Amino acid sequence: MITIEQLQEIKEKNQDIVNFRKEHGERGNGKYRSHVLVCAGTGCTSSGSQKIADKLEEEIKAAGLEEEVCVIRTGCHGLCALGPVMIIYPEAAFYSNMELEHVPEIVSEHLVKGNVVTKYLYQETVTEDGIISMNQTNFYKPQNRVALRNCGVINPECINEYIGTGGYQALAKVLTTMSREDVVKCITDSGLRGRGGGGFPTGKKWQFAMGGEPGVQKYVCCNADEGDPGAFMDRSVLEGDPHVVFEAMAIAGYVIGANQGYIYVRAEYPIAVDRLNIALAQAREYGVLGDNIFGTGFSFDIDLRLGAGAFVCGEETALMTSIEGNRGEPRPRPPFPAVKGLFGQPTILNNVETWANIPQIILKGADWFAGMGTEKSRGTKVFALGGKINNVGLVEIPMGTTLREVVENIGGGIPNGKKFKAAQTGGPSGGCISLENYDVPIDYDNLVSIGSMMGSGGLIVMDEDDCMVDIAKFFLEFTVDESCGKCTPCRIGTKRLLELLNKITDGKAEMEDLDRMVELCNLIKENSLCALGQTAPNPVLSTYKYFKDEYIAHVKDKKCPAGKCKNLVSYHIDAEKCIGCGLCKKNCPGDAITGEKKQPHEIDTAKCLKCGVCMTKCKKDAIYKA
Amino acid sequence: MIKVTIDGITVEVEQGSTILEAAKVAGVEIPTLCYLKDVTPEASCRMCMVEIEGMPKLVTACSFPAADGNVVHTRTERVVKARRGVLELLMSNHKTDCFSCPQNGMCKLQDLCFEYGVKDVPFEGVEKAIDDSNKFFTYDPNLCILCHRCVNTCQKRTCRGSIDTTQRGFKSVISPAFGMDWADSNCESCGNCVQACPTGALTMKKQKTYRHWDVEKVLTTCPHCATGCQYYVYVKDNRVVDVEAADGPSNRGLLCVKGRSASFDFAQCDERITTPLIKDRETGEFREAGWDEALDLVASKFTELKKTYGGQALAGFACSRSTNEDIYMLQKMTRVAFESNNTDNCARV
Ligand SMILES: Cc1cc2nc3c(=O)[nH]c(=O)nc-3n(C[C@H](O)[C@H](O)[C@H](O)COP(=O)(O)O)c2cc1C
Ligand code: SF4
Ligand code: SF4
Ligand code: SF4
Ligand code: FES
Repeated sequence: MITIEQLQEIKEKNQDIVNFRKEHGERGNGKYRSHVLVCAGTGCTSSGSQKIADKLEEEIKAAGLEEEVCVIRTGCHGLCALGPVMIIYPEAAFYSNMELEHVPEIVSEHLVKGNVVTKYLYQETVTEDGIISMNQTNFYKPQNRVALRNCGVINPECINEYIGTGGYQALAKVLTTMSREDVVKCITDSGLRGRGGGGFPTGKKWQFAMGGEPGVQKYVCCNADEGDPGAFMDRSVLEGDPHVVFEAMAIAGYVIGANQGYIYVRAEYPIAVDRLNIALAQAREYGVLGDNIFGTGFSFDIDLRLGAGAFVCGEETALMTSIEGNRGEPRPRPPFPAVKGLFGQPTILNNVETWANIPQIILKGADWFAGMGTEKSRGTKVFALGGKINNVGLVEIPMGTTLREVVENIGGGIPNGKKFKAAQTGGPSGGCISLENYDVPIDYDNLVSIGSMMGSGGLIVMDEDDCMVDIAKFFLEFTVDESCGKCTPCRIGTKRLLELLNKITDGKAEMEDLDRMVELCNLIKENSLCALGQTAPNPVLSTYKYFKDEYIAHVKDKKCPAGKCKNLVSYHIDAEKCIGCGLCKKNCPGDAITGEKKQPHEIDTAKCLKCGVCMTKCKKDAIYKA
Repeated sequence: MIKVTIDGITVEVEQGSTILEAAKVAGVEIPTLCYLKDVTPEASCRMCMVEIEGMPKLVTACSFPAADGNVVHTRTERVVKARRGVLELLMSNHKTDCFSCPQNGMCKLQDLCFEYGVKDVPFEGVEKAIDDSNKFFTYDPNLCILCHRCVNTCQKRTCRGSIDTTQRGFKSVISPAFGMDWADSNCESCGNCVQACPTGALTMKKQKTYRHWDVEKVLTTCPHCATGCQYYVYVKDNRVVDVEAADGPSNRGLLCVKGRSASFDFAQCDERITTPLIKDRETGEFREAGWDEALDLVASKFTELKKTYGGQALAGFACSRSTNEDIYMLQKMTRVAFESNNTDNCARV
């Protein structure tokens, strides 16, 4: 067990190392003159970053630099689409789309001679006046990294680096200088709301669990089940900064009087699970988890529980049922977990990102946090940008940023000069935001009032080629698959709703079906047991609200305006434009195209599979959908 | 105690009571499908929806704790609409073959659909395989509304834990672990799950031999062992055709496999032995005898044994399947006629 004095010593020893890793960072007493930070998050790992790190180490050794240059495998930097990525300090040179073959050159030029190899840098960081750090790019500049502050900066497998960034200071402060009430007040005043979807005020949640007889067994849980399609902010925190979650959970344990925590993490996050296990062992070794932390008499330990891949297990009561060893199904509330949660005992559950904010709030104060964001949604939020957007990745921005800013500036706009149509937030529980709300500040309440929700922070951008009925169908297919099946409205209702949508996209629906659809949506929304069912109709209702004409086009005109719904489009060749090259015919998998060389070709709509290959192949733009 | 008003009737109930329990006190009936008394509420069927003044959402009466001063409405237009919607959904995935369903007339789903005027919902589901492997009962997923009464009964009342939902969402079915056949599982065939089923999804095979309106229900004690479970025997044309567990002090509405499926068929079996048999020493064969002859023989043998070896050489053990009166008489005979205190009953072990 380390004492608070020892914690300070470790901090002092390591702070120079981590402080070096920023623009104009000071080397101080740090041993290495150069730090190479290779992203070892899931995205970059799958594009081969670990091999690149190995190769770097090998080449650095060969060049005799191992005492001068260190290679650090970090968590995610956010720009996953550019992976593998790597940053070299002190230059803050941001290399992207790394390939194994680039490594020797980077080592010999950059690390040996000190010349940044600009051709391998992320091009936005290369300007006429030299290179800029990635923090100056459009993608990073508007960001404000609180929850992600250590992701991509520290070695997540080294507790010393975490301590070097001020890690476990908040726990020390709480245990030695603050009462339980002080802590809750600080969290409440900060205005922090749960980042897992519901946006429930965190301070209030803790307060509910504080009461009761002394000595009652209580639990603190972390929801790391992250199931929203496309969302990966929690994974990034776990992979890049696992200790922050432990520290925050221990603080909560002190507040509510719990000595045991559980992290429920999806088994499909093997890297996160590994890093959590490594971090757990180190935290226990240092005694920042375990008995009598810092000699204060407070004890708290954490265990991992692996989820088996059901979206519904992210729902709080299902998660607890699953930890208890039963089939992960939600249970009715009340009783709420703060009263009767895990194993029937008072429990609090928070999301990974929520936890990641806590230590900073304790150290920097409630006012600092409340100074960011909007009136009712304080702080920052991490979003996973995806869909039709240039910069696919993870961004942490202050609450209240507009969708326009996110899409056009941070996201770098929409590829191929296409027009923005809508953005989906909140995953399968959320809804679509259309152009008319492009400038609404994004926060919890605004999103709800326009028919969507924050959810865990997935943000999928759609352009003019996307059919909104098809999008609604996509999300509903997910919910139908993921409904646990416990309650009637969700189990059967979502399936029937999907059938209705299929009828619409097949061109077989009548106008009355649209009324039936809305009625069914409301039935599911109002009568389902858990929020999965209660929110499942949101994608349908919100697209229907903002794109009603598209639904009507499918039903009345039997047309899909975006040309997405296969059964409502047919492919044709414009005889005027066709030069009879035969490329389309050659590539058609359905043998549906006929025509003599140099003569206009024709598509047999009966044979056509509507795959669209011909259209992509034609060099003369002669093929069109109708 | 708290005060709750339900459909205009104010009642006092204990703190922690659910709306459903309060309604019961008020004499107001709220329809339920998944609710299982004394077991943590499942709240999955969503039939028991009610409206509480001042609350934006409908709540499930079976799980929602009543609060002092609650004013509850159980029959508003909104409530009825929700219930009908739920029933329509259930029926959209329920094969309506009521004429040939053994549960016809005893089916809670049928009753509720009748009450709420739900009809003409076409069966759009995919037919799922029936599990007919158990010797005593059948599971037809096409009739199952996934209320989990069977599961909760097996897990929390009989404590066997043989069945649960498998698959998920629309594909859910009830089955033993990993979808194995019922017959291959650790199921004891007690049939308590079957009795808990409100529909025709789980039915005793015996149910095919009668219609429930043909039978007379007679409350009695199970003759199989000394536990003394209470049940109703179903009598049709003077024959016992089935039993149903009653809420007796020792069995609380449960039975074991023997009580439910092995305690009455022999009574009306053609092979049943109805006269005493005496073995012929010469041939080794049994022959029919009269009661007097048989009893005289037994009495003479016992008297002989007692004379030769003394009363202590004899003992009398009663079968636990006997009635108390018979057991009393046996020990009396042992003590008075045998002059032995060696007497017991196998139910003691
Ligand atoms: C179907 C469903 C899935 C959910 N999945 C997650 C999840 O993956 N991660 C998460 O943190 N919260 C998830 N939630 C929200 C949790 O139930 C819970 O509100 C949250 O973890 C509480 O933490 P917070 O207050 O810090 O947000 C989900 C909710 C529902 C209804
Ligand atoms: S709403 Fe859906 S996921 Fe939630 S309990 Fe009901 S069936 Fe399960
Ligand atoms: S028959 Fe008895 S043991 Fe078998 S599943 Fe039903 S309740 Fe469980
Ligand atoms: S078998 Fe019967 S009791 Fe079991 S879930 Fe289905 S309908 Fe309910
Ligand atoms: S009886 Fe209440 S939800 Fe089923």
